[in-house]
Amino acid sequence: MKPAPFSYFAPRSLHEAVGLLVEHGDAAKVLAGGQSLVPMMAFRLAMPDVLVDLGGVGELEHSRVEGDTLVLGAMTRHRAVQDMGWLRTRCPLIVEGVELIGHPAIRNRGTVGGSLAHADPAAEWPAILLALDGEVDAVGPNGNRTIRAADLFQTYFTTALAPDEILTEVRLPLPDGAPTGSAFVEMARRHGDFAVAGVGTQISLHPNGTIVDARLALIGVADRPVRAGSAEAALRGHRPTEEVFAEAASVAIGEIEPSSDLHGSSDYRRHVAGVLVRRALTIAARRAAAA
Amino acid sequence: MTGAVDITLLVNGKTYTGRAEPRVTLADFLRDELRLTGTHLGCEHGACGACTVLMDGRTVRSCLLFAVQAQGHDLATVEGLAPAGGAEGLHPLQEAFHRMHALQCGFCTPGFLMSAYELLQSNPRPTEEEVRTWLSGNLCRCTGYQNIVEAVLAAAAEPEPEAHQ
Repeated sequence: MKPAPFSYFAPRSLHEAVGLLVEHGDAAKVLAGGQSLVPMMAFRLAMPDVLVDLGGVGELEHSRVEGDTLVLGAMTRHRAVQDMGWLRTRCPLIVEGVELIGHPAIRNRGTVGGSLAHADPAAEWPAILLALDGEVDAVGPNGNRTIRAADLFQTYFTTALAPDEILTEVRLPLPDGAPTGSAFVEMARRHGDFAVAGVGTQISLHPNGTIVDARLALIGVADRPVRAGSAEAALRGHRPTEEVFAEAASVAIGEIEPSSDLHGSSDYRRHVAGVLVRRALTIAARRAAAA
Repeated sequence: MTGAVDITLLVNGKTYTGRAEPRVTLADFLRDELRLTGTHLGCEHGACGACTVLMDGRTVRSCLLFAVQAQGHDLATVEGLAPAGGAEGLHPLQEAFHRMHALQCGFCTPGFLMSAYELLQSNPRPTEEEVRTWLSGNLCRCTGYQNIVEAVLAAAAEPEPEAHQ
């Protein structure tokens, strides 16, 4: 047993959970699946005085499709998303990204909302949310608000969520209309490790075969997940060819600021990111052409 | 509320009660309080998989779960794997590990067994690649993975195991 002592609360409703956060302020941490927070507590990188466990808040476990939007309660486990067989063809970006999270036992416990609120810059869910232009709902003492993906991630392990707010729901727009393909690829030292770099992409084709919409979300290459907006612009209006993808990759690696650590230098990460952009686009284009 | 609280758990079909602080992990509670020492603890931060147990039929790392969180759930540890508490012999997975020399020091074995058990429950005839990918979250530092993978494949090739759950 390594974590420092804490008081444990298991609220049965969101209202009760928010009340506990208001009461305990900065001293409290929200416990979702615990697959990041509990290791941090074991290392005593995190020593919250109070843990508010959302495991018993049933209203956070829903998942449904509304029109063309996948709606996931914050406590939806990664495994539950992986098990949505229909999603693999409808939006492979999501399922492929989720399958890259840790290992089976981690995916059985870890949650969508927990991953987004934790905001590890190498994590997959933030890139999925960004690539799909999704949004999240949060509830706090002053009620509900919606936060767009682009506004959620601020820097390492830091989001726009206030300490007394709880992320409650995630909404991911699924592709509709134009032929669309998507993919999530990453490079890690070992299967299940944090990515050295990773790329989630989705591209849509015009009937004339040119790219009408392109999304590129990169992980592991900055202090937060990054949308490569200039690379996306370089893709629009062009045919999905190797040359166009190579050009997009070279633009994309100019939009990131990888740091160096023992898993790879900044230059190496930048190189890997470029290769992964090309690979992800190639897979997504093939899928779009077949859609 | 940082002090010890009463904790009641359902483990291998049996109800146990003990006392522990909220910060006590499920792994430590199983071992120290309930004296179910089959579950091993390696890294204590979710990297090695030695402490893998089943909660409601799915693997979890018992070092990443506080014992208080496991109340009301159905837990299974390696002690519950063999039918009739071992009186009727080993579980086919354990039998295969024994036969194929899939353990040397045995420290990681309980975690591998529980992970492999979940795999075969959802995918009774996995390919070698599926076994390797599935077990990638369990670390072995002495036997080597080759025989572990072969043992899981051998257990999968046998008739449907009568698993206790």
